[in-house]
Amino acid sequence: MAFDIKNPGLATTVQDQGRTGHYNVGIPQSGSMDQYSAELGNALVGNTAKEAVLECTYLGPVVTTDKDALIAVTGAPVEVKINGESRAQWTRLQLRAGDELSFGVIRGGTRYYIAVQGGVDVPEVLGSRSTYSLGAIGGFQGRKLEAGDHVPVGAAVNTGALPDADTVPEEFRPVFAKEQAVRIVLGLYDHRLTDEGLDNLLNGEWKVTPVADRMGLRYSGPGVKWKEREQPFGAGSDPSNIVDAGYAVGSIQIPGGTQPIILHRDAVSGGGYAMVGTVISADMDLLARAAPGTSTRFVAVSLDEALVARAELADLRRKAWAALGADS
Amino acid sequence: MSSPEPAVLEARYTWGGDEFLFVEVAESMSLAANFRVMSIAAKLSAMQLPGIVDVCPANASLLVRFDPDILPPSTLEETVRAIEGDLAHHQDQALETRIVEVPVWYDDPFTAEVSERFREGFHQEPGGTDIDYAAKVNNLKDAAEFIQRHHEQPWLVSMVGFVAGLPFLFQLVEREKQLEVPKYLSPRTDTPKLTVGHGGCFGCIYSVRGAGGYQMFGVAAAPIFDPAQTLADFRDFMVFFKPGDIVKFKPVNETAYNNIQAEISAGTFRYRQVPVTFELSKALADPEGYNQELMEALNGV
Repeated sequence: MAFDIKNPGLATTVQDQGRTGHYNVGIPQSGSMDQYSAELGNALVGNTAKEAVLECTYLGPVVTTDKDALIAVTGAPVEVKINGESRAQWTRLQLRAGDELSFGVIRGGTRYYIAVQGGVDVPEVLGSRSTYSLGAIGGFQGRKLEAGDHVPVGAAVNTGALPDADTVPEEFRPVFAKEQAVRIVLGLYDHRLTDEGLDNLLNGEWKVTPVADRMGLRYSGPGVKWKEREQPFGAGSDPSNIVDAGYAVGSIQIPGGTQPIILHRDAVSGGGYAMVGTVISADMDLLARAAPGTSTRFVAVSLDEALVARAELADLRRKAWAALGADS
Repeated sequence: MSSPEPAVLEARYTWGGDEFLFVEVAESMSLAANFRVMSIAAKLSAMQLPGIVDVCPANASLLVRFDPDILPPSTLEETVRAIEGDLAHHQDQALETRIVEVPVWYDDPFTAEVSERFREGFHQEPGGTDIDYAAKVNNLKDAAEFIQRHHEQPWLVSMVGFVAGLPFLFQLVEREKQLEVPKYLSPRTDTPKLTVGHGGCFGCIYSVRGAGGYQMFGVAAAPIFDPAQTLADFRDFMVFFKPGDIVKFKPVNETAYNNIQAEISAGTFRYRQVPVTFELSKALADPEGYNQELMEALNGV
């Protein structure tokens, strides 16, 4: 079967868990920005966590199906419509051949996911179906969807067995709030900040700007100060410059000391701006849910605390899948 | 040894959250630091340690992505420190690599068109060209002398990244002869694909069209990133360059550039390239003499 794209929406792409192993040549991991939400969509339609989904950004697509299909829409709150009729999110929905799926206005967050039984079946590139638009690889012909695209869907996974429950219980749905506390591990080049600069980073209020996409999110706020120094050979003249280095996914760079940029799943893999810390892996999905204007505080945690948070998120995910009666 | 390069001291270890270890071998760029980074990266990769996700050597630092559920951070740090310790006792380092000839149309119309759109507010000298500016800040006579200096000595691919397949290049000459040019005052939103650029002490070739802040001197004639993997040089992988590759730029005119485009269309284009062993001690002792030796290897191809 296949989805026919009548209207592509703002930026709808095929994503899965992403491709690792090629960051050393500048190919980022890509994959669904909000992994937790995308995976639960897969769980609802009887997929494994690995199947590819459609990631919708703010304005969703208008899609018809050429055969019956089971879908679920998870992630940011939005009105889901089948043939114009309002339907629930976080629940399994039946599409009949010829049905039209469309969306209302997003009510928080940035991205929602359309999971379909069998998964979106585009060819794997370097082990993943995720779209990396800048490199024009993966996904549907290496790009976001366009009107007229005919997006193939795979055969049902696991002989079509479905989980017992058809709805994700409220307690397992993420919150899309106007305020966020984002946990970071200080490090990398944080020693180059002045005491005042570090204080601003950790105690200031930062707001997500509209300059936020799959590559990263830019924040406005009080700014930071860098220690003056004679710049090392090859580093560039600004005190926020370093000799071009690898960028950790989730790392926070502050070019010129003004607006922090946090790199996300389509990160540039390296460059010449000093990073002062890194968002912990457990909070990367949280960033993906931050709409422009979201008030953000950065909370420093230790590496050990980051590992505890990582284990807690893995546990929550296991419990969510178990609550559906799905095999994770 | 005539090079004023500083000795490489002990590296600095720091965490990029719970999935990345960052090892800063040196704050300053130098051939010795880059060599140390590549050596650590090669040895770590060869160990095939379960839980290692990505090993990313950069100019003077190394980024390692790992899965802490499989590989505890402390074990990874101990492992990399042990590799670093072993290398500190081995001064004679050699790299099995290749030298590649990269044809470049300098002072081409594609980068000229784009640079004209980004002058006032973007460039230090809005009234001039990027090459003229580069010649001036390097105290060279004119654009022709700058171009000559740009291609007469080879470059080392010191890092691949930023975007897919983009090589950072470090010229294999003594520090005082290295071309240094500030980046644009403000980054452009457009850069032609295959632009040969320069920022600080680094050259680069833009693998894809997009934003960029490096000065633009020309365009490379052949692809360096080919997701469709149509040309023979991309049969194994869609990215052409690897850290450690040695690049010799070859200036070509419009006719030669167009001939190469025809070869690419016909699927017959191949880069001239030959395997070489690159020895750090020789490169530091007599850079230009050793470069001559490396470049002669291309004559047999």
